[in-house]
Amino acid sequence: MYTQSLEELKKSCKDVRGDIVKMTAAAGSGHPGGSLSAVELMTALYLNVMKHRPEEVTWPERDRFILSKGHVCPVLYSVMARSGYFPVEELLTLRKLGSRLQGHPSSKLLSGLEVSSGSLGQGLSIANGLALSAKLNKKDFRIYCLLGDGELQEGQVWEAVMTAAHYKLDQVCALVDYNNLQIDGAVESVMGVAPLVEKWQSFNWHTIQIDGHDLSQVLAAYEEAKQTKGKPSVIIATTVKGKGCSFMENVAGWHGKSCNEKELQIALDDIYGKGN
Amino acid sequence: MLPNRDGYGHGLIELGAANSEVVVLDADLAKSTRSDWFADKFPERFFDIGIAEQDMLGTAAGLSLGGKIPFATTYGVFVTGRAWDQIRTTICYSELNVKIAGAHGGISVGPDGATHQALEDIALMRVLPHMRVIVPCDAVEAKKATIAAANVKGPCYLRFAREATPVFTEEKDFFEIGKANVLKEGTDVTIIACGPIVYEALLANEQLAAMGISARVINMHTIKPLDEAVVLQAAEETQAIVTAEEHQVAGGLGSAVSEVLVKNKPVPVEMVGIQDTFGESGTPEELVVKYHLVANDIVLAAQKALARKIK
Repeated sequence: MYTQSLEELKKSCKDVRGDIVKMTAAAGSGHPGGSLSAVELMTALYLNVMKHRPEEVTWPERDRFILSKGHVCPVLYSVMARSGYFPVEELLTLRKLGSRLQGHPSSKLLSGLEVSSGSLGQGLSIANGLALSAKLNKKDFRIYCLLGDGELQEGQVWEAVMTAAHYKLDQVCALVDYNNLQIDGAVESVMGVAPLVEKWQSFNWHTIQIDGHDLSQVLAAYEEAKQTKGKPSVIIATTVKGKGCSFMENVAGWHGKSCNEKELQIALDDIYGKGN
Repeated sequence: MLPNRDGYGHGLIELGAANSEVVVLDADLAKSTRSDWFADKFPERFFDIGIAEQDMLGTAAGLSLGGKIPFATTYGVFVTGRAWDQIRTTICYSELNVKIAGAHGGISVGPDGATHQALEDIALMRVLPHMRVIVPCDAVEAKKATIAAANVKGPCYLRFAREATPVFTEEKDFFEIGKANVLKEGTDVTIIACGPIVYEALLANEQLAAMGISARVINMHTIKPLDEAVVLQAAEETQAIVTAEEHQVAGGLGSAVSEVLVKNKPVPVEMVGIQDTFGESGTPEELVVKYHLVANDIVLAAQKALARKIK
């Protein structure tokens, strides 16, 4: 696995953002908003932090990634393609009949995915189970799990938060994409989840609060989580939904719709700079 | 007389010794489900998840991804009801190797009442792609079913009962998931049953014999995949079918058998089971009588089916 430098990661983030708007536009549907907010978290994870072998997906020592908020699979598919799991061109098959890139991830179809997801609130429990298996087998791989902030309204998440702390699963690292928007509006107006840091701390987790678009902070957070022993860690990443596309930023309506041709051009200009 | 949940407990202990990958989870009912028998012997491989069924199924899914063979255990009503979406989306859609054990299946749970009597669990599990559904008839078969479930890959639902019921199968009897056991041969009518009510079917067979009616009795311990060949052969040879189960007749064994018959060999079917109602508190003995789940009810159903036979 090739580990990208900070400068390379910055460039990769642009490509990942470009992939997200292009593949959802080609599909005519999908979830660009929450994919774009998680770009730095995911790009750093796949292209720098995780030990994994795209050419050997069943490598037992690999770090695991569980996408709990399954609808943001565009960002996952993009970082998988860009780390070598499948050709980047295949991204344009997203959501089409016969594609391995289902509208929500299917592990039966796409090797390299650990598990299928799409119904919210379930990923952290799976991450915990993997961590328990690692402890039994005396393996030291890490398990990363991306959750949305709206997803934290699901009760199962807090069951899993308790379990991870109870069993001291320090191999688990939860990532909260705290973009403060969900389908029906602002998270705090739909069903408040704040204060997040205090909540996770009171459940006996190690919390790391960062700007989720600052790659240096993202990398440092992953390292801090890795060094934290005896309890699980959560990276609470403050982000902007739709980040990188001017007309999408902080607009709840871009949770689940794709760009038309004109919007796509503006989005790509925003991401790569006009004329690029 | 033994509760078939005891068979589950014995099966887990045997599996624990034979296969170090077997792990067991429970949701605060370990004593009642008998998973504590495993916990006592293999504490490092037992995880109590607390009163959190959804998390338990997700954790079991993760353990299976890590190469373990998890048995997620609690009452049938909770495991299949509260965690249905976790079973559907995480476990069945991903086809994970998770074993789900539902204790306290059926109305014979007794005084705890309707909330704790699983009467829909077979239906809920049967509709899920990749799922196997196994309902052992006694403690000996329950142990075999537990071990057999560990030895097939993919999700399985095992249903156990709370009360002590007659043990009428033997260790040496053949058991294979998906292969029904014909317990009595017969030519006039066939009784297809699952779970402890199979014993009532055997009693019904004797009562019917006294009336000069020859009733075949089939122990359909696996509801999915259903042994269609044995059902069709029975329909062909006896031309009348009675199903018997401690479960809603809609969606359960009665439905499963009927689906096969209407497509291939329509013959009269009578269904003994719960008729679209909830249970209530009472002793198990009182409840099975009130809800028409005893040998006499099977006899009446057989007579009805016989009367409806196409001459």
